[in-house]
Amino acid sequence: MDITFKNVSYTYQPNSPFEHQALKDISLHIPSGSFVAIIGHTGSGKSTLIQHLNGIIRPTEGEITIGPYTLSPDKKLKEMKELRSHVGVVFQYPEHQLFEETVEKDIAFGPENFAVPEEVIQSRVKEVITQVGLSEAMLARSPFELSGGQMRRVAIAGVLAINPEIYVLDEPTAGLDPRGQQEIMDMFYTLHHEAENQTTILITHSMEDALQYADYIIILNEGEKYMEGRPEEIFAQEEVIKQVDLELPESIRFIKAFNKRFNTSYPLIKQSSEQIANLITETLEQAK
Amino acid sequence: MKPLIEFKHVSFRYDENGPWVLKDVSFTIDERESVAIIGHNGSGKSTIAKLMNGLLFPQEGEIWINDQRLTESSIWDIRRNVGMVFQNPDNQFVGATVQDDVAFGMENRGVARTVMQERIKSSLKAVNMEKYLLTEPHRLSGGQKQRVAIAGVIAISPKVLILDEATVMLDPRGRKEIMETISRLITEEQLSLVTITHDLQEVTQTDRVIVLNQGEVWMIDQPQAILRNGNKLRDIGLDVPFITTLSNQLAQRGISLQKEPFTTEEMLEELWTLHSKT
Repeated sequence: MDITFKNVSYTYQPNSPFEHQALKDISLHIPSGSFVAIIGHTGSGKSTLIQHLNGIIRPTEGEITIGPYTLSPDKKLKEMKELRSHVGVVFQYPEHQLFEETVEKDIAFGPENFAVPEEVIQSRVKEVITQVGLSEAMLARSPFELSGGQMRRVAIAGVLAINPEIYVLDEPTAGLDPRGQQEIMDMFYTLHHEAENQTTILITHSMEDALQYADYIIILNEGEKYMEGRPEEIFAQEEVIKQVDLELPESIRFIKAFNKRFNTSYPLIKQSSEQIANLITETLEQAK
Repeated sequence: MKPLIEFKHVSFRYDENGPWVLKDVSFTIDERESVAIIGHNGSGKSTIAKLMNGLLFPQEGEIWINDQRLTESSIWDIRRNVGMVFQNPDNQFVGATVQDDVAFGMENRGVARTVMQERIKSSLKAVNMEKYLLTEPHRLSGGQKQRVAIAGVIAISPKVLILDEATVMLDPRGRKEIMETISRLITEEQLSLVTITHDLQEVTQTDRVIVLNQGEVWMIDQPQAILRNGNKLRDIGLDVPFITTLSNQLAQRGISLQKEPFTTEEMLEELWTLHSKT
């Protein structure tokens, strides 16, 4: 499902003293199958933007199309539930939304809502619990007995169980330890590449994650679209990025500084530490 | 330096039949020293913080703070010396306005009104929030709320500031604000700092690091020495800085760097030296 924003603006509490325009004339296109990172500081409009994606709010101006569905200011979407079964949103700190008696019931809640047949739900629950790195033995436990990291995984499993075509991930790894962060992001990355035409939208503060996982980057600043492009296009413009207090990922900064010092011209793209070590070795050997 | 916090063979579990969360943990933190505590989720980091100000008591071992053993009867004295800032900026804002929030801790400790007014101003100034005296919490950013929390702690003039993942819910801008505020404050107020964190940037700026693994002390040393353990750190669920990883990769290729660089600049400097020699 393609996602298109056409001149979308959103104003909170219009015509009141608290009026606040959170999105200003945003136009963007996210083709089906892409992995997009949306980056911006607190207050940049990221959260407002994603709330449009499953129809929690409607634009004040402009129009959004998600596959066959259109969200516009004056018309309520009739097929809202249908849209929501296609768009799985992992909100910030999703574990705060767990509420059922058992892990199994919590995971099943989403698909039950969308009237997925019982036997399908049962097999899906078992499938997704292992996908998020937990054992089937967990299913009978209360989600509230689990550690924070495990609760996060259960909450994510609940979104996987809906089997959506579009994933919207709002800082899915905030507060996890480094291993937990890596495991969760790797899982979404694998999921993205295994499914056909799955669209993944990752909301993040982290340029490192954008470099690691995304094939397209959109930067928001104070409600406006500030920049967009492929990672290498974005990272080539350090000065522009810095103006909104963002920084290049560390490996890119290193390659850039290395190029300058050693007068080389290695490309500013995703490279592992092994690959970078090879570049350095190559340069030092050529000097001999 | 005089020891400020001492853990002597401390073990703790949340209930009698439950697993031990901390097992025979011993360490000392000196006056004016800054120490990072790192470890995977569930390694016991936050439990240590809660033991330090008597929110929890150990089943075994002793905790001493400022020459006083931490017991049910000494906690009120001890809490005067221990200021804590937690993870979630919204869960620790208790006042209706910024100045009320800063006053809260002092009111609990019976500080006189005139002294209180003075300290509210000076501690808010210390965190660059003096312009927000009457602001309500929902008008503040996460970073600003955390700075107010720090001001509330500073106002009771503690000897140690404990940050329990205090920057984890902030964006990079908020995180930077807090880190700058903290590093200035510990110098100005001559505080010890205990920071529980996953942020490697924070770790490299401390004097010493305590690494926990499954409730036990895995290693205590200076940041450089800790980070030298590259892959072993990764095995216990921790991260290693990019430059350290790169140094290890280079060492495997026969390029050994002498000074163990932490930053891009330091590494390039060393590589340049090698390059000019060849």
